[in-house]
Amino acid sequence: MKMVGEILRRGSSEEVGVSNGSEQLHVLAVDDSLVDRKVIERLLKISSCKVTAVESGTRALQYLGLDGGKSPAGLNALKINLIMTDYSMPGMTGYELLKKIKGSSTFREVPVVIMSSENILARIDRCLEEGAEEFIVKPVKLSDVKRVMDFVVSGEGEEKGKRRVHKRRMEGGGVFSLPSQTLALPASLSHKSDEFSETSPSLTRFLSKRPRIPSRD
Amino acid sequence: MDVLSHLHRQIADFTASLHREGFLDEQFTQLQKLRDESTPDFVNEVVSLFFEDCEKLVTNMARALESQTVDFKQVDSSVHQLKGSSSSIGATKIKNICIAFRTYCEAKNREGCVRCLQEVDHERVLLKNKLQTLFRLEQQFVTAGGSIPALQ
Repeated sequence: MKMVGEILRRGSSEEVGVSNGSEQLHVLAVDDSLVDRKVIERLLKISSCKVTAVESGTRALQYLGLDGGKSPAGLNALKINLIMTDYSMPGMTGYELLKKIKGSSTFREVPVVIMSSENILARIDRCLEEGAEEFIVKPVKLSDVKRVMDFVVSGEGEEKGKRRVHKRRMEGGGVFSLPSQTLALPASLSHKSDEFSETSPSLTRFLSKRPRIPSRD
Repeated sequence: MDVLSHLHRQIADFTASLHREGFLDEQFTQLQKLRDESTPDFVNEVVSLFFEDCEKLVTNMARALESQTVDFKQVDSSVHQLKGSSSSIGATKIKNICIAFRTYCEAKNREGCVRCLQEVDHERVLLKNKLQTLFRLEQQFVTAGGSIPALQ
């Protein structure tokens, strides 16, 4: 799904992540797996981001100063441009973390991306409905991060409120957009949203906003 | 053929065989692409973390499966973690065993779980040896004057 990416094609990848030429994007990565933290950190650094990686939702809230007033957010935390969090974590799930972030006046505008090794439609829906920008099925690849970067760099102030297409991954390793995979959309989609009433509300909302079928990556 | 070309060929062939035999998948290749001159040990480091994690999880699972009343939820949680990290480094065989392992946990089938655990440990040892060989070859390549970008 390249709609936003195509609009934003900026040439060299070095440009991605540098919004005004002088500041790097600062990403907060949350994952209880040390292996995954190391990988996501490298993916983000290669994409010219500054990274703060923490191991739990609780630590993330502490960093953001959202842990019930025990500590205020530091200057760095206030500059966070993006939060990428794993879904399944002991203690607080990524979904619960997402809700807390969206419930905060300071951080509710910060895009949150959920990562999960499990490709569960209800889970994806729930996260998107709660305000997640995107849901990435693990393992996370460089192309996933680049796509998110494109969105964050362009999205600030412009694309807010539009839900990004998340990806589902087939067992065989294919990557494609959710709507075209599960719904076999006909070309005349735009005036047929009532045909898909059994789909989840978030999908129907998504479909009625985008009459053009996204093409396969 | 000079030493560098020879080593380069060896590395390419060996890596190809690891993919062909199902030890590694595309995700491993993805990780290799994240290396550059300033981070030549990135893959080695991630792999080390993986094996440390794997050994710890296997020990936990073994202990859990030995007890009188097996806490299958706990075992499943460990399998889930292992599945995640093996997927993140491209360790296909281990990841696939974990998928089967989880169904045995759900069925509360101790024997099935124990079999899976044995398979996981077996594959862990095999993969560790294979990757050590790969890293050794890469180290020789670098020592002989080869550069990391040439390996990508």
